Amino acid sequence: MGEEEERKAAIAFAPKLFELLSKFEEVELEDVDIEVGDLEIWLQPAAAVAAPPKVVTPPLKVKPTTILEVDFTPPIEEYPGRIVEVTLGATKSERGTRGKSIVIGGEKSPAFYLFENPTPHPPVISLDVFDMRVPLAKAVKMHVEEVLDDPAAWAKLAVDKFGADMVTLHLVSIDPLLKDTPPKEAAKTVENVLQAVDVPLVVGGCGDPEKDLKVFEKVVEVAEGERLLISSVTQDMEIGRIAESVKRHGHVALAFSPMDLNRARELNRRLYEFLPKEQIIIDTTTAALGYGLDYAFTTMERARLAGLMGDPELQHPMSSGTTNAWAAREAWMKMAPEWGPRELRGPIWETVTALTLLLAGVDLFMMMHPAAVKTVKDVIQELTSGSKGISKKLADWVTVKI
Amino acid sequence: MSEREIKRARIRELSPIDVYMLLPKTNCKECGEENCMAFATKVVNREVAIEQCPPLLKKEHEKAYKELSEMLKPPVKEVTIGTGDRAVKVGGKLVMYRHEFTYFNPTAIAIDVTDEMSDDELLGRVKKTEEFTYGYIGQELKLNMIAVRSTSNDPEKFRSTVKKVTENTNLPFVLCSFNPEVLEAGLVAALNKRPLIYAATKDNWRDMAELALMYKCPLTVFAPNDLKLLRSLTKTLMEYGVEDIVLDPGTLPSEGLADTINNFTMIRRAACKRGDELLGFPLIGTPIITWAERSDVPEVNSWNEAYIASVLVTRYADILIMHSIDGWVLLPTVMLRQNIYTDPRKPVAVEPGIRTFGKPDENSPFMLTTNFALTYYTVASDIESAGVSCYLIVVDTEGIAVDSSVAGRKLTAEKVAEAIKETKAEEKVKHKKLIIPGKAARLSGEIEELTGWEVLVGPRDSSDIPKFLQEKWR
Repeated sequence: MGEEEERKAAIAFAPKLFELLSKFEEVELEDVDIEVGDLEIWLQPAAAVAAPPKVVTPPLKVKPTTILEVDFTPPIEEYPGRIVEVTLGATKSERGTRGKSIVIGGEKSPAFYLFENPTPHPPVISLDVFDMRVPLAKAVKMHVEEVLDDPAAWAKLAVDKFGADMVTLHLVSIDPLLKDTPPKEAAKTVENVLQAVDVPLVVGGCGDPEKDLKVFEKVVEVAEGERLLISSVTQDMEIGRIAESVKRHGHVALAFSPMDLNRARELNRRLYEFLPKEQIIIDTTTAALGYGLDYAFTTMERARLAGLMGDPELQHPMSSGTTNAWAAREAWMKMAPEWGPRELRGPIWETVTALTLLLAGVDLFMMMHPAAVKTVKDVIQELTSGSKGISKKLADWVTVKI
Repeated sequence: MSEREIKRARIRELSPIDVYMLLPKTNCKECGEENCMAFATKVVNREVAIEQCPPLLKKEHEKAYKELSEMLKPPVKEVTIGTGDRAVKVGGKLVMYRHEFTYFNPTAIAIDVTDEMSDDELLGRVKKTEEFTYGYIGQELKLNMIAVRSTSNDPEKFRSTVKKVTENTNLPFVLCSFNPEVLEAGLVAALNKRPLIYAATKDNWRDMAELALMYKCPLTVFAPNDLKLLRSLTKTLMEYGVEDIVLDPGTLPSEGLADTINNFTMIRRAACKRGDELLGFPLIGTPIITWAERSDVPEVNSWNEAYIASVLVTRYADILIMHSIDGWVLLPTVMLRQNIYTDPRKPVAVEPGIRTFGKPDENSPFMLTTNFALTYYTVASDIESAGVSCYLIVVDTEGIAVDSSVAGRKLTAEKVAEAIKETKAEEKVKHKKLIIPGKAARLSGEIEELTGWEVLVGPRDSSDIPKFLQEKWR
């Protein structure tokens, strides 16, 4: 059985959360020691037990003897605005080659205000794949070690084993300061990944506006009609050129702005000259838990509320580079034993960052760790499947023996 | 419509004039402010309490004082649990969204113990809870309360456990039992300590109300996934004379998460946007519930508890009861709480310019970072703890972190050159070597060309600065 077959066999089983987390025990035993023996008991002299107070303040009113029934009406609001729906990926009948396309956006209420409106489309998760070796946190690396040099195999692993709805191919190597991979070669990698998986694809650049433009122009051409998400279009790019080629070849632009709604609006206004609203997703920047997540959260929450309240320039689905969570040192650094192994700290850091932004209204998450992906997918499933009423075995936590 | 207009239309904003009109207008400066208008502005910004105006508290201003109190009353009542230094205030929220003003009273986190734990376990958990601390940008992130649960349903056991706990910590308590007899035994053991009673239900509310009144304690109302019942019980208890109430609409794990989020959100909106006084109380969430459905693997319960806690911190929980005392569970929880409760009105950035650490001379390392507050404080604390003498240029990147500011062209070779010039760097050191953050490596060539300085690419994380200096600096 070749490697490929083995991988296929392995993917027949959906990954269980614990399997994804379990490796930490083998990896770093010294980190999971619990210092039970170190616990000290310390006592203070017992305080004198006082008698219960006898005087009770006399009530002003007659005390009720039965429950006074009042009603509850859900506080529903109407919003003049609505978030546009954006389709990612195109199937054969839609000019592309994807197995299915994904629609995001369309919200009529803030995120998960289920008493007002159901979530029109569940938020989706795109897993990161890099076209060259990049510094990865150990907790992430151990899950992708075997595919680090093969973006196509990496993409396949992300989809088949880790349940990615989409894949983000980061063309890091095109950076003139790194490998300076020429556009043609980068486009070839995109084609390889398109062949390896049939989910919609995000294609990311290196952050150099000139080089990204050149590469994106080539990529959108070779992937004609695939409705890729081009990540990202920034204010310092030649907006006309990139927007026109995104439109001509049938893709979607990710408009990136640095935590500033005015800049987000400004960029969108320039894009509207070339692209219909249905071909724009916005990213207002994600910062890690503990490292600016508050600004990221509030910028997104404000963007979404403004869009719903009728601001036409902010009525776009939102994307989050949730992988930025790993920039937090608490996510990757080895710390004193009481903070637990980084193999758990890292993925929970990414999970919490994602869930916080999920509640601000993010529609598309770009993520990295399989356990974080699994949890966020589960939560999305729980939140979009709607009200379940009271569960019969509502757990009694007060008396439960743990 | 611009966002600003939306904000005006949606929030009844209090103006300093509204407050000023009711103040004594004597400009007596007894409050420490220059005049009454300055005091009024601070009152509106919730930086001072009206009680800090001595004349206002006099008999002749009684009416104005009452009116002001009513005007400034938050839509979510503030409830105090415990007494003394470690007393915890919960609720007191003025707004639903943090960007509308700011959130007050960060979510209080309680760790549970039970009346069937061994002394070792019981006191060990109390001690861990009390000693938990994490230093973060000049603050200490801590846990706040102990929740004592009666799993035995035996009044005597509960009494002696509560007593033991009171003897070993000053942290406030939540006393948890649905049995009034058991609960009273706990209250007797925690006399005058003002614990939060958990909880009144549709079955025991009269007894619990009596206990809350007799022992002068705040009372939780528990009506799982039934907001009509929750409102009815709150109404009943208020009529009964209970003033300090905490609401528990139920934390329903896994498939109940949708209902949980729905209930918390509806309650907070009803309070903040509709002025519903029956729902205008602090909310309690119980991530501990994930332990009721036990997984074979404790890490999975802890994991679920951590993520549910985070969702509840974001969606309006004023109190959380948790079981796990693992650092990897509590650290993201207290960090998120800190983030959500920072004041969004305060700037993100620190002053750009040059900083000195230790006693630098003309041979000392010369480093560079951005003026994003968090980046700056992290770098500064790493340099300080390493005890290195050096210079640090803080470049104005409009409060953006290193990687984002490089990507967003907020940190450029031009900006660096400008900063070197403005800070008169060449007069301070003679070596003309600049250490830049590892995440700004791509700028090194351009900076060298533009400034004539030699650029050394430093570590990607400032925790490696000491190691870097040891290996590369001479």
